[in-house]
Amino acid sequence: MAKDLVEFRNLETHFKTSAGTVKAVNDVSFSIREGETLCVVGESGCGKSVTAMSLMQLIESPPGKIVGGEIMFEGKDLLKLSKKEMSRLRGNEIAMIFQEPMSSLNPVFTIGKQITEPLLYHLTMTQKEAKARAIELITMVGIPRPEKIFDSYPHELSGGMRQRIMIAIALSCNPKLLIADEPTTALDVTIQAQILDLMRDIKTKMNTAIMMITHDLGVVAEMADFVVVMYAGKVIEEAPVLELFREPRHPYTQGLLKAKPIINQRQERLYSIPGQVPNPVDLGENCHFHDRCEFCMEICKVKAPPLRAHIDGHKTACWLYEEEGKAQ
Amino acid sequence: MSQYIIRRLLQMIPTLIGISIIVFAISQMVPGDYITASQNPNMTAERADQLRAIYGLDKPPAQQYFVWVKNMLTGNLGDSFQHKMPVTSVINTYVWNSFLIAFVTLILSWTIAAFVGVFSAQFQYSFFDKVVTLIVFLLMSLPSFFIGLLVIKYFALDLKLFPTGGMTTAGLKVSGFEQIKDIAKHMVLPVAVMTALSIGGLTRYFRTGMLEVIRQDYIRTARAKGLKERTVIFKHAFRNALLPAITLLGLELPGLFGGAMILERVFAWPGIGQVYLASLNMRDYPLMLGFTMFLAVLTLLGNLISDVLYGVADPRIRLK
Repeated sequence: MAKDLVEFRNLETHFKTSAGTVKAVNDVSFSIREGETLCVVGESGCGKSVTAMSLMQLIESPPGKIVGGEIMFEGKDLLKLSKKEMSRLRGNEIAMIFQEPMSSLNPVFTIGKQITEPLLYHLTMTQKEAKARAIELITMVGIPRPEKIFDSYPHELSGGMRQRIMIAIALSCNPKLLIADEPTTALDVTIQAQILDLMRDIKTKMNTAIMMITHDLGVVAEMADFVVVMYAGKVIEEAPVLELFREPRHPYTQGLLKAKPIINQRQERLYSIPGQVPNPVDLGENCHFHDRCEFCMEICKVKAPPLRAHIDGHKTACWLYEEEGKAQ
Repeated sequence: MSQYIIRRLLQMIPTLIGISIIVFAISQMVPGDYITASQNPNMTAERADQLRAIYGLDKPPAQQYFVWVKNMLTGNLGDSFQHKMPVTSVINTYVWNSFLIAFVTLILSWTIAAFVGVFSAQFQYSFFDKVVTLIVFLLMSLPSFFIGLLVIKYFALDLKLFPTGGMTTAGLKVSGFEQIKDIAKHMVLPVAVMTALSIGGLTRYFRTGMLEVIRQDYIRTARAKGLKERTVIFKHAFRNALLPAITLLGLELPGLFGGAMILERVFAWPGIGQVYLASLNMRDYPLMLGFTMFLAVLTLLGNLISDVLYGVADPRIRLK
């Protein structure tokens, strides 16, 4: 098995709001191995983006703050780095692309300027070298006529092209880790497929690890090597992708997989998990899923289950698989 | 682009005709005329009629309007009743004095407001932001004549740092650098007061603009690229925050030449604002109408300039 590139250890990121403290990321631990694609899955507001933003240290502060834990990147704790050291890593060793390609590029600068910026800054290239590299990158992400695109402005490109440009910017300094925060959510299905193909291509070519945040299980099936399922700020299950699809253990994961439409199978109504995501403010010490869970037991209401390994690489946080739970 | 500018210039013609009618009509509705406004107790009715005939005030309003417009088309704004010289030379004499302080004020207030606005946006709700907001609102709510007199009292009378008013030291015969120094010394107080008064709104404007921009996705992208915070704020964010300010800059154009009526009086600054105010009081129609038209033209030009600048600064806007 490959080496760990990133390891989240008991990460806690909280947001102070007028209603109370939101534990957006609550004691989250998992690791991303070199050259691996890890998908973080979960509903909106479950803390998947905040986990990624904590890694980048781009949490809006205030109101957000990383209050505990460690994020190890190649053996260094990122949370202990100075601002300057962190900005060296950002865009250089760790790059990120976002959900909204339409608004993620600065409207007043040319594409060329925006691609060359990290090259000039991190790799201290000359203008000429940077331009050559930028043209190379634009070609690599599959856009024809790179010279013309180099001098274009973002509004002259389509959404899919802009996301390709974002990927080109992210890859410009050969990062070891690429974080993709729902990179295809805003794109239509054919473009989605193209972007995913492109990312897979890059991964094999450049051996970049990818941390992909998504709520689309189709994307997970297509891209992931390893899956982390989050719910209300906690990791509730993690497993290699095949294992997870074959044998989901947590009732929430089971529900998610059941809620997925299956092609060629007509259903009157898709399954949906009953109930709603709990209010994230001041959640208690219980299993946050207990009120939506059909297997809910007494212990679920009073105590949070630990994340425990059962079979190799498959971890679940659910009392159903614990001695204490089985006893009831 | 040049086609666009020509079209816009042509569109200004009907607007200006409309403005001239409205301005002239209003001037006619104001009671009294130059003769009654001078309040000469020895003026007989006969003499007054004679004078009215000389000034052309006895003709019907419609005729007066057309005479005025016809002259204006040839570049002749008529002679000022009070100053006994062409309106254009009156304006030319005083407007540059006003322009001088207005221009310096503009540069100062925009620079300061931009920096202060950017910092208070970047550190929203911080101590700095709160103090700045307080000061800004304080300055905005001070009446200009009051703060003007106050600084004269402290800095000119008590501390004797600066002259109390005027533009040059009376009786001082100097030229070249010494003259510039003398005028600069007289400018300090009026410019300081005008800057303080105009900085408030601008600071709020820049702060709001920046607050909006730093929440945008592309700022997050710039940070994710690992750029320095300074680059993110002053290059990526500021450039975008400046775009809406272009409109404001265009609107400043008439202000540059319009003079400051109250402050020019407080500081005895020989600017056009004072002269304009006097022309209103004296019913000096040629001067008051001529200068109003001058400001109207500048306002329209200012709008055109800001539209053109928009096209230059924002690649998304292409003028057709």
